Amino acid sequence: MSARLAPSPADPMRPAPWRVRAVRRETADVATLALEPLEGGVPGFAPGQFNMIYAFGIGEVPVSLSGDPADPTRFVHTVRAVGAASAAIVAAAPGSVLGLRGPFGSAWPVDAAEGHDLLIVAGGLGLAPLRPAIYQVLAASERFGRIAVLYGGRGPAELLFRDELAAWGARADVTVAITVDHADPSWHGHVGVVPALIEHVGFDPANTVALLCGPEVMLRFTATTLRAAGVAAGRIFLSMERNMKCAIGLCGHCQFGADFVCKDGPVLPYDRIAARLAVREI
Amino acid sequence: METLERLLLGHKFLAGIDPAFGRLLVGCARNLRFAPGQYLFREGGPADEFYLIREGRVALELHAPARPPIIIATLGAGELVGASWLVPPYRWGFDARATTDTRAFGLDATCLRAKCDADHHLGYEMMRRLLPVMVRRMQAARQQMLDVYGHTSA
Repeated sequence: MSARLAPSPADPMRPAPWRVRAVRRETADVATLALEPLEGGVPGFAPGQFNMIYAFGIGEVPVSLSGDPADPTRFVHTVRAVGAASAAIVAAAPGSVLGLRGPFGSAWPVDAAEGHDLLIVAGGLGLAPLRPAIYQVLAASERFGRIAVLYGGRGPAELLFRDELAAWGARADVTVAITVDHADPSWHGHVGVVPALIEHVGFDPANTVALLCGPEVMLRFTATTLRAAGVAAGRIFLSMERNMKCAIGLCGHCQFGADFVCKDGPVLPYDRIAARLAVREI
Repeated sequence: METLERLLLGHKFLAGIDPAFGRLLVGCARNLRFAPGQYLFREGGPADEFYLIREGRVALELHAPARPPIIIATLGAGELVGASWLVPPYRWGFDARATTDTRAFGLDATCLRAKCDADHHLGYEMMRRLLPVMVRRMQAARQQMLDVYGHTSA
């Protein structure tokens, strides 16, 4: 059910210059950047795909697209500062230029999920790669059964896109549930892990597609909970994260068993990778 | 009593239970309502009743000096609050506080323990329903301990 799209540039290893048009600080170490190309137009992308973003002279990192796929004017990326390259990207000011290759990789099977109940389960920064799918789904929600967005974070201060989550939650066509692992006194919502939210959401396990993105431990437990609830393994899709370098399946850094996460993923069906998730060596 | 029995047996925790067991359970049950901020029980207090939430939300909390309560987890409709009523010396190990208007069934622990002792089939039925809840909560607590969101990127 996962689609695969080819990278758009003639030479997929050549970064093209993109200007930072706007920066939004999401949390203490996460920023969302809107980028516009200095050369040519904005390629189309499918929700779930990623770009390689290059901070010149520092390094290149894979970052999922987090904006609306229906917006042809820009790429939007949400980045956490975890190393030198990502910290430089997070610190990029409006007007500065970054290198960009992509989009790469497989996509969330949004079209194939039409007619099904849809569970979108995100943990931490994992909401960013799922946001394009949420935009696409909510733009045509009548094509789906029940829609639920379940989101878990470390604490209230680390939650992404809170304004949008509130707006989605106010809609009648989607259920939004948010939980945090660790609450502060300002928090009046759920406390606990995100798989625990699943039993509180109405869905038909025999007719449900689930899209999961977040830390791998969270993915494993969420997929296990969904399987126990009766959701078919082939209808559970995970966005995997590995050490992606070339992004086109040549270098092998992101090999995950029989797949390269950059080329065959990052979105992969659970029935294909479940056994590998239990192998700590890969 | 008939209405209470019907409502009690409609609770998710007791879904599909033998009606004969339901009739035993309802003799130990009562309807309760908690206002926001009201405690169902406090750490160290006697675990003489446990709760099945019908509506609302309950926070399980630990307290420490000079800091706000630490919320371990929140529980909602369809969930069970409290397991210490099963384990001697039957004292609560944490606080449980309603964070919203909460309706729940309270089940008298002394009454239920006596019925479980007298009817081991009922006791086994209660244990096979309680144990998965406890295991899920233990696994959830382990996941929270991992602090999985602190070291990731996407």
